[in-house]
Amino acid sequence: MKIAVCVKQVPDSWAEKKMANGLLDRASVDAVLNDLDEYAVEEALRIVEANSASGEVGEASGHSVTIISMGPERATEALRKALSMGADDAILISDAALSGSDALATSLVLAEVIKKGSYDLVICGTESTDARMSVVPAMLAERLGVAQLTFAGKVKVDPAAATVEIDRVTEFGTETMNAKFPVVLSVIEKINEPRYPSFKGIMAAKKKVITTMSLADAGVAASDVGSSAAWSTVKDALPRPARTAGIKVTDEGEGGSKLVDFLVEKRLA
Amino acid sequence: MSSVIFLVDHSGGKISKAAGELATFAKGVGQSVAVVLSSNPAEIITQLSAFGVDKVITASGDWDKYSSAAAAEALAQIMESEKPAAVLITSSARGKEIAGRLAVKSKSGIITDAINVDKELITTQSVFGGSTTVHSAVITGTPIITLRSNSIEAVAAPSTPTVSEFAVTISDNAKLSTVTAATPAVKGGRPELTEASIVVSGGRGTNGDFKPVEAFADSLGAAVGASRAATDAGWYPHTHQVGQTGKTVSPQLYVAAGISGAIQHRAGMQTSKTIVAINKDPEAPILELADFAVVGDLFNVLPQATQAIVARKA
Ligand SMILES: Cc1cc2nc3c(=O)[nH]c(=O)nc-3n(C[C@H](O)[C@H](O)[C@H](O)COP(=O)(O)OP(=O)(O)OC[C@H]3O[C@@H](n4cnc5c(N)ncnc54)[C@H](O)[C@@H]3O)c2cc1C
Ligand SMILES: Nc1ncnc2c1ncn2[C@@H]1O[C@H](COP(=O)(O)O)[C@@H](O)[C@H]1O
Repeated sequence: MKIAVCVKQVPDSWAEKKMANGLLDRASVDAVLNDLDEYAVEEALRIVEANSASGEVGEASGHSVTIISMGPERATEALRKALSMGADDAILISDAALSGSDALATSLVLAEVIKKGSYDLVICGTESTDARMSVVPAMLAERLGVAQLTFAGKVKVDPAAATVEIDRVTEFGTETMNAKFPVVLSVIEKINEPRYPSFKGIMAAKKKVITTMSLADAGVAASDVGSSAAWSTVKDALPRPARTAGIKVTDEGEGGSKLVDFLVEKRLA
Repeated sequence: MSSVIFLVDHSGGKISKAAGELATFAKGVGQSVAVVLSSNPAEIITQLSAFGVDKVITASGDWDKYSSAAAAEALAQIMESEKPAAVLITSSARGKEIAGRLAVKSKSGIITDAINVDKELITTQSVFGGSTTVHSAVITGTPIITLRSNSIEAVAAPSTPTVSEFAVTISDNAKLSTVTAATPAVKGGRPELTEASIVVSGGRGTNGDFKPVEAFADSLGAAVGASRAATDAGWYPHTHQVGQTGKTVSPQLYVAAGISGAIQHRAGMQTSKTIVAINKDPEAPILELADFAVVGDLFNVLPQATQAIVARKA
């Protein structure tokens, strides 16, 4: 099997975020591998391990896991992390023209690169913690014209039959869904526990190949991406007035009653 | 007058609360056109007519069997014929997938998780855990906007919509993935988390005992939520998780009991109108957000509060 995993480098979700000129100010915060994409990397590795004679990833397994990301040059750090977990190689699409791209442009670029690799499975996280749109996996399936199996809480792959079955977990409940290769998957954070890169993994990752592609390499016109091609625009972004400091009481036996007094005063009870 | 299409969520013949909210948003812009993907729409149409819907377009098909690909195809075809000023969809996992595919198909801009859309189709979003308010507009194609449920109060306005059946053709490509079994989320007696006007949530501080949380919720007619620490431990079902990887709620009142207030939890509740926290630790980050905070043990505070509410009602 050839597996691709789409990962994004994002500002650390624990850090405070600001806007600058209608876009997220990325320079002022640490960048990390989107934590929801770690589950996608882990799941890809587990699928290979379950289907390799030695139980290990790597060339001998007969399968491959390629990490694909669109982002600035410094996104290589996020790719190294995925490689140190055990992925085989990585592709970074990086180009000055990509700055300010929306989900439509991102999915266009990723789809063009994915087409060149003829992957059986493309695995995504459910959401990038910065954009929080949760649309790229569905857009990828749409652009590639392949099956969509998203929000998977469990994935069963049968390489011989070239089929995938998932438990799709959403607010409406759980559905069992299946499809034939090729498939775009997204996995939820309950699916597994991502491994920490081992020392051996970190050392091995240094020798793994990260191919950098420009927009031209990807085969996408600069006029189709970036801020100027965005199909929506931010008019303004205003910091919300800080919440006024609330009331704080220490429970000395009356905490519950005081809480209810507050609710009654606010007409909430 | 320009028309606005909205996709009606429904299950078991009942429309969701969000459907009434979308109808209200649509009416605020122009003629409201409800799209009902169902082979048995009669009951749904009756419910929609309570929200001033001008027109209902129905399409029959195996909607429960295929992924959001099929729904997106249907909407794209209806959009093509109806030429609306905008398309509104609920900001659920499925809603956003449909919106994303529709944006690609119709070469249109998309805005997700809006909390408002005005007459000029300018949207409002609340980002970075509620710390920033963003106004945006789609500038290419037909605006495709997903709206968070509970963002407005649905306005009741009886109407007699015109009803027409649209013959959609679903391609083989949209049937590539199929649903073979479904277990709908169990609905208890309590209100749905994203629809409730009051949510009471418990975290690791409950130590696995959600009884005081549930009792307080029931005294207020509230929904019950949980932090990820509580759902991961198996103390409460995943469908009740509030936060980045759970549900986003924006109720009139949010009560966090035994929850520290990690950024991922805040992402799902920070836009609640009033926030109350109960925590043993005076330094817990959730206290910074709270309009009213009790520093104390939830096992003492909640039962006392429940009793006080019950006594008031008696
Ligand atoms: C990728 C990712 C996604 C995530 N998504 C989510 C999400 O969607 N939702 C979410 O909630 N979290 C999410 N998290 C987890 C989040 O980071 C926190 O770990 C989690 O919210 C902590 O839950 P908690 O507040 O219940 O537990 P803790 O942080 O352990 O806090 C427990 C609190 O209870 C208090 N307490 C203890 N006993 C009592 C008592 N008897 N009475 C009163 N107070 C008491 C303590 O003082 C403490 O403040 C995510 C994390 C990651 C990495
Ligand atoms: N720039 C990107 N490069 C690679 N993968 C991405 C990128 N943006 C989004 N994705 C993938 O799409 C998923 C959903 O992202 P989003 O739709 O932005 O919330 C992420 O979890 C990633 O797997």
